[in-house]
Amino acid sequence: MKANTTVVTTDKARYGKEALQIWNRLGMLIILVLLCAVLAFTAPNFLEMSNLLNVLKQVSINGVLAAGMTLVILTGGIDLSVGAIVALSGVVSVMISQAGIHPLVSISAGLLVGAFFGLVNGFFTAKTKLPAFIVTLGSFTYVRGLAYVISGGYPIVVESDLFKFLGAGRLFLIPTPIYIMVIVYIGMFFVLKYTMFGRHVYAIGGSEEAARLTGIKVERTLMKVYSLSGLLAGLAGVVLAGRLFSGQPTAGLGYELDAIAAVILGGTSLTGGIGRIQGTIIGVLIMGVISNGLTLMDVGYYWQLVVKGGVIIAAVLIDRLRSQSQSL
Amino acid sequence: MNSVQLIENDVVSVSDSPSPILKMKGISKTFSGVTVLKNINLELYKGEVHALMGENGAGKSTLIKILSGIYQPDANGGSIIYKNNSVTWSGPVEAKKQGISVIHQELKLSPNLTISENILMGTKFPENKFGMVKWDDVYHKAKEILHSMGSELNPKTIVSTLSVAQQQVVEIARALSYNADVLIMDEPTASLTDKEIEKLFEIIEDLKKKGVAIVYISHRMDEIFRISNRYTVLRDGEWINSGPIKETNPEHLVKLMVGRELNSLFKRHTKVATSRVDDTKPALEINGISDKRVVKNVSFKIYPGEIVGLAGLVGAGRTELIRTIFGASQKTGGEILVNGEKVNITSPNDAIRHGIAHVPESRKEQGLFLNMSVKENIIMNELKKFRKAGKLNWKEIDQKADYLIKELGVKVSSSEQLVANLSGGNQQKVVIARWLSIGPKVLLLDEPTRGVDIGAKTEIHKIISKLAEAGLAVLVVSSELPEILGISDRILVMHEGKLQRHLTRQEATQEKIMFFATGGE
Repeated sequence: MKANTTVVTTDKARYGKEALQIWNRLGMLIILVLLCAVLAFTAPNFLEMSNLLNVLKQVSINGVLAAGMTLVILTGGIDLSVGAIVALSGVVSVMISQAGIHPLVSISAGLLVGAFFGLVNGFFTAKTKLPAFIVTLGSFTYVRGLAYVISGGYPIVVESDLFKFLGAGRLFLIPTPIYIMVIVYIGMFFVLKYTMFGRHVYAIGGSEEAARLTGIKVERTLMKVYSLSGLLAGLAGVVLAGRLFSGQPTAGLGYELDAIAAVILGGTSLTGGIGRIQGTIIGVLIMGVISNGLTLMDVGYYWQLVVKGGVIIAAVLIDRLRSQSQSL
Repeated sequence: MNSVQLIENDVVSVSDSPSPILKMKGISKTFSGVTVLKNINLELYKGEVHALMGENGAGKSTLIKILSGIYQPDANGGSIIYKNNSVTWSGPVEAKKQGISVIHQELKLSPNLTISENILMGTKFPENKFGMVKWDDVYHKAKEILHSMGSELNPKTIVSTLSVAQQQVVEIARALSYNADVLIMDEPTASLTDKEIEKLFEIIEDLKKKGVAIVYISHRMDEIFRISNRYTVLRDGEWINSGPIKETNPEHLVKLMVGRELNSLFKRHTKVATSRVDDTKPALEINGISDKRVVKNVSFKIYPGEIVGLAGLVGAGRTELIRTIFGASQKTGGEILVNGEKVNITSPNDAIRHGIAHVPESRKEQGLFLNMSVKENIIMNELKKFRKAGKLNWKEIDQKADYLIKELGVKVSSSEQLVANLSGGNQQKVVIARWLSIGPKVLLLDEPTRGVDIGAKTEIHKIISKLAEAGLAVLVVSSELPEILGISDRILVMHEGKLQRHLTRQEATQEKIMFFATGGE
C-alpha cells in the first residue's frame, strides 16, 4: 500500500516534469493556437483566408526584423537601430531608383546601406566593448537623422514596379512580403542549425570568454551578426517602401521594440545563448494575431497600444518563469 | 503548547546537557520526481567543527541549502530541531536572523561596493536621527570585524580591486557580522594561500571557543583532520556515517565517500626524462616571456611526453603565464617556440593553430557553454571538420561526440544532455575532450581538478597521464601539492611572476615547493 502511493507521487512528479518540458518547447505555440481559437469565435471574419493572408502580410516586416534580432539577442546583445535603418534604407533605395537607376541596383543599395550600418554597430560593439545597448541607441538616433537629412524630411514617392511588387504585389494570389518572410526564416533556421557561424552565435551567447578561449573569432562573429541584422532591416526597409509606395524618413518608428518583443515572446533569453528561430516566428504571429483580432473587434489603435505594452511585459515575465523552471 | 516547549528549553540550557544546538532528522528532498536527499541525519553541537563530506553530487549543497533556508525539505521529509524548537524557515533571510550563516564557495559579494558595505550588507547601517548613514561608524564597525580576524584590509577599499583570497576574507567577515550560532563554510580554503589558511584556522579556533557550531565542507583531508571534531559522510543523497574524527582516518573516509577502496591519490609512473632531452626537440619552449601585470622573464622547456607541474601561491602569476602562452593575455616580451619553431601567438586562435590547447581555471565561465549540450561542447573546436559545402553534418558530429564521451568516460545520460547538469568532474572531462579533437601537441591545464570529487580526480589524473604517454607535452597548474607531486615529471615553482626554482621529481617535496613558492632562494 505504501509502495503504491510513492509510485503514484513520483509518476505525478514525472508527468509534471514532462509537462514542463512540453511547455518550454511548445508553450507559445499553444498560446497562439488558443488565441486563434478564441478569435475564431469572437472576431468576425477572422478565419477567412483573406484575413489570414492579411495577418501574414502585416507581420512580414516585423518578422524579417525579428529574425535578425534573434541572432543579435542570442549573442547576448540588442539592436535598437533596426527601425531607423528601415527608414534610411527605404529612403536611399527609393531615391536611387527615382534617379533612373535600375531597381535591382537601387534595392541592393538599400540592403547594403542596412548591412553597412549594422557593420558599424558590430564594429563598436565587438572592438570597443561598448555595450550593444549604447552603441545601437546611438545609431537609433543618428541613422534616423541621416534619413531626414537625405530626404529633406519629406516622403519620396517611388514609381518602380519592382518596389511595388515587393511591398504590395502578389504571386499566385499570395502577397509577396509573405514569401520574403518565409525565405528569411528558412534561411535563418539553416544558418543557426547547420553552419559554424550559427553554432558560434550560441557559443558566444553562452560565454564570450569561453568562446574566445576555444578559438572562436568572437569579434568577427559579432560583426557578422550585427551586419546581418542590419541587412535584414535594410530588406524590411525596401519592402516597406514598396508597400507605402514611398521612402519615408519617419518609417519604422518603434519597429525595433516590436521585433525585440516578438523575439522574447518566442522564448529567446535576453541573456543570450538560449532560443530558437522557430520560437521567434511564433512570437511574431502572436503579436500579429492580437493586433488583427483587436482591429476586427473594433478596438481602437490607442487601446491596441495599451494591450501590446501589456503583452511585452507578460512576455518578459514568461521568459523569467521559464529560466527559473529550467534552473531547477 | 508553545509555552511548555519554551520552559523545556530553559531547563535544557541550564542543565548544560550536551544536546545538539541543531538537529536534522530524516531530511528528504525531491526535485520534480528526482530524489536528491534521502533520510539525512545531522547533529551539530556548540563549539564543534563538523566536517560534511561526500563526492560532488552527494547532496552536500542541497543539505546546506535546506539548513540555510534556501530550500524547504519535502512535506513529511523530516524535521529540523534548532535550539530545541522544531523550525521551518521561510527563506534564507529568516535563517540568517535566527543565527545561521553561510560562506558560499562562489563568492557573493557586490564588487562595485566597498569592503565595509559588503561586510555590513544585510545588517542595519548605523544612522543618525535624520536617517542618514553614519559612514564613519560603518567603517569603524567593519574594521573591528576585520581586526577580530587579524586582517589589515582597509574597509574603504572597493571589493573588485581585491584578490580572490582577500574577497574570501571579506565574505567570512560578513558571515561573522551576523553573530552566527551556526556557520556553514563551503570550501573556504579553495582559493586561499597557506598563510591565509592558517589565519582562517585561527579564526575558526576562536569561533569554536565562542561556542559557534561550524559545518565545514572541504575536499582537503589534511584540513579536515586538523580542525574538525566530528564528521558526517553523504553518498548519492544518503547518509552513510557520522562519528568523531579521532576514530577515523583519511583512507576510511575516502572509502565511505566513494563506497570503494582507493589507493590514496593517483601516482604516475614516470620515466626518468634525462637521456631523451638531448635528441628530442622540446614541444614547447618559452624564452623570457613577460606580460603586462605579473609574469617576468620566464623561460622553460617541455618535451613531448612530459608532464610539468607549475606550482606557486595564488597571485604568483601561474594562470597569467599560461594565459600568455595561449594568447589570451597580451605578451610584452619573450618568444614562444613550438617543436623548435618560433611561433607568433597573439590570440587563442593562433595558439590553437599551432597545436596548443588550454583548459582554463574557471570551468563554468571560461571553459563551458552552459547553454549547450554535452555534444556541442565537446565538438565546438572541431566544427570545421564536419562541414560539407558550409553545412554541418550532425550525424557525423554525433558519432564523434559519442566516441569521445566513451573514450574519456564522461558519465552522461545522452550526448544531448545539457552540460550544465553534469557534475564538476564530468564537466572537466568534457572540456578536456574538446581539446583532444584538435590533436594538440601541448596541453596547458589550469587547476584541472578544482572542485572535483576524489573519484573523478583520479580519473582525470589518469587521462592526463595517458595523454602524456601518447606524446603530448603537458603543463599543469595546481594549488594542491599532492596533485603536483603525484603526476609531474618535473616541477616549476613560481614566485611573484618569476620562475623561482626548477625541481626534479626526485628532489621535490611539499616542504621544498613551499619554501621556493614563498620566495626562498
